[in-house]
Amino acid sequence: MAFLELENIEKRFVHHAAVEHFQLAVERGEFVSFLGPSGCGKTTTLRMIAGFETPSAGVIRLAGVDITHRAPNQRNVGMVFQAYALFPNMTVAQNVGFGLRVAKRPAEEIRKRVEEMLRLIKLPAVGDRYPYQLSGGQQQRVALARALAIKPQVLLLDEPLSALDAKIRVSLRNEIRAIQRELGITTIYVTHDQEEALSLSDRIVVMSEGRMEQVGTPFEIYNAPRTAFVASFVGTLNVLRGQVTDPAGGRLVVDGQEIIAARGLEGVPRGEVRAVAVRPESVSLQAAEADGNRMRGIIEDVNFLGSIVRIRVRFAENAVWLDTFNNPRLAPPAPGQAVTVGFPREAVLVLDTPASS
Amino acid sequence: MAPVKRSRVGPWLVMLVGALYFFVPLWGTFEFSLRYRRGMYSLDAYWIVLNDPQFRATFGYSTLLALATIVVGVLLVVPTAYWVQLRLPAVRPVVEFITLLPLVIPAIVLVFGYLRIYNSSSWVPLTGTESTTDLLLMFSYVTLSLPYMYRAVDTGLRAIDVRTLTEAAQSLGAGWPIVLFRVIFPNVRVAILSGAFLTFAIVIGEFTMASLLDRPAFGPYLQLIGANRAYEPSALAVITFAITWACLALMQLLGRGQPSQAAGAR
Repeated sequence: MAFLELENIEKRFVHHAAVEHFQLAVERGEFVSFLGPSGCGKTTTLRMIAGFETPSAGVIRLAGVDITHRAPNQRNVGMVFQAYALFPNMTVAQNVGFGLRVAKRPAEEIRKRVEEMLRLIKLPAVGDRYPYQLSGGQQQRVALARALAIKPQVLLLDEPLSALDAKIRVSLRNEIRAIQRELGITTIYVTHDQEEALSLSDRIVVMSEGRMEQVGTPFEIYNAPRTAFVASFVGTLNVLRGQVTDPAGGRLVVDGQEIIAARGLEGVPRGEVRAVAVRPESVSLQAAEADGNRMRGIIEDVNFLGSIVRIRVRFAENAVWLDTFNNPRLAPPAPGQAVTVGFPREAVLVLDTPASS
Repeated sequence: MAPVKRSRVGPWLVMLVGALYFFVPLWGTFEFSLRYRRGMYSLDAYWIVLNDPQFRATFGYSTLLALATIVVGVLLVVPTAYWVQLRLPAVRPVVEFITLLPLVIPAIVLVFGYLRIYNSSSWVPLTGTESTTDLLLMFSYVTLSLPYMYRAVDTGLRAIDVRTLTEAAQSLGAGWPIVLFRVIFPNVRVAILSGAFLTFAIVIGEFTMASLLDRPAFGPYLQLIGANRAYEPSALAVITFAITWACLALMQLLGRGQPSQAAGAR
């Protein structure tokens, strides 16, 4: 049995459904990210786990116990908020020890635990300071220590890095992962940043419009997106629409040119228009290996990005972006130039959703 | 291009006119209060007032009532404003309208309403004994101070992220009493103090309610002295101003010690 189970969870508001048919089993010690754009229901799902929202339907179980209707303060779930939410009237030590004081733990135990937590977040000397005397990154670390001090069964993080600048975001991201691994705590992390989700998670739940689009490891999500939404939201993908001509042979025609997908077209009706995706890093201006795909097109746009030159090649209705390394001895190609691009059959990802949707 | 020099004469002139409008009558009152002895200034009027047992009794009574009003007002307003902000933002206009009513309905209308509802032959005979009348007077003061107390507390609550702080405390195991008294109250301390001192100033000078409910408060005492003496009313007016200013100064002083609310700010 999974440690945290969300069984067919739904959350309906008056005019719309924020979350529908959410089904997830999280193992003990697993780090799972909910990834999606604003309004996709990821935070609502997290808030249902925390107890701040009540599901309209479904069951939430933690360690086998139904906590669906349990009050937030009865769940033993630690939460870190985007806006830090440190208590401004308390010092750092008082903030970290708050949950233990509420639980009426002995003063000596609280003192030791606070010290331990401050060491864990590498801020052992800030116990006497007030939150306003700390930087944003330090405040968020203290918020993490506060959430961990009560030894929660599950740690919930609601876009904890969104308010921080890019450099601190990366370093704190690594620290969060290191602490999570050290403590082995089951963690749910909400983010709209794909890089964060890919770098931190054991598994990612990609969400859109209240629904789960795909659940999988970062490797699966990136390399084998199952829907057009996942393909377009995670990483950069070229989505091409083509008509299936030979499902068994993986052949389809894109703008009058035939390409072959190594897998994924089996069982798709002949003549159906299907979306396939190719990562920019799989496309090259040189012709691919002998059995690879080749397409002729016209260079539409060239972006010089320093170490990388990003080129857009248009076929007719469809176009692809491709990245090549900058070569100082060669001038980048010019727009309007006719080129042939190549990509391996294995790089063609057939998306679950028909192209018409 | 040379920077445009703006004339500062206009704003200073406005400031001067405002200051004169405010301070000249006050200075006149103060100066008059010192003329108890013919041909020389003295503090005799103050001496007489401060040694009057009635002054001490009425001032003590009103102070006690003001403190009770503040406690009841805070316990009524803070949870209400907190709940409106957290769970019922849609009813905010209704609550604001209700809290403004005491400014629109004259105190004399309110007190006649009380006398009609709570008279000694009614179902709730609060005017039956002195102690229950005191209770009624205290509740009427809570009503009178509602516009000031509610606005002060509501402004304080808007300055912090009430929802997130509440949820943070709840996720750490805190129930509602702990959330209110250990997290919310301390973070709107300055706002509560502002409301409290405004309430104190209102209660100390209130006349209509106390007079018509026949209670020995400071307001009716001021009126009595004003009607029968020459210099003492001016001394009392200056003393009352001093008390109000002391309240304002205390508000400023206590507000300075408050740690920044940046962490919980929106």
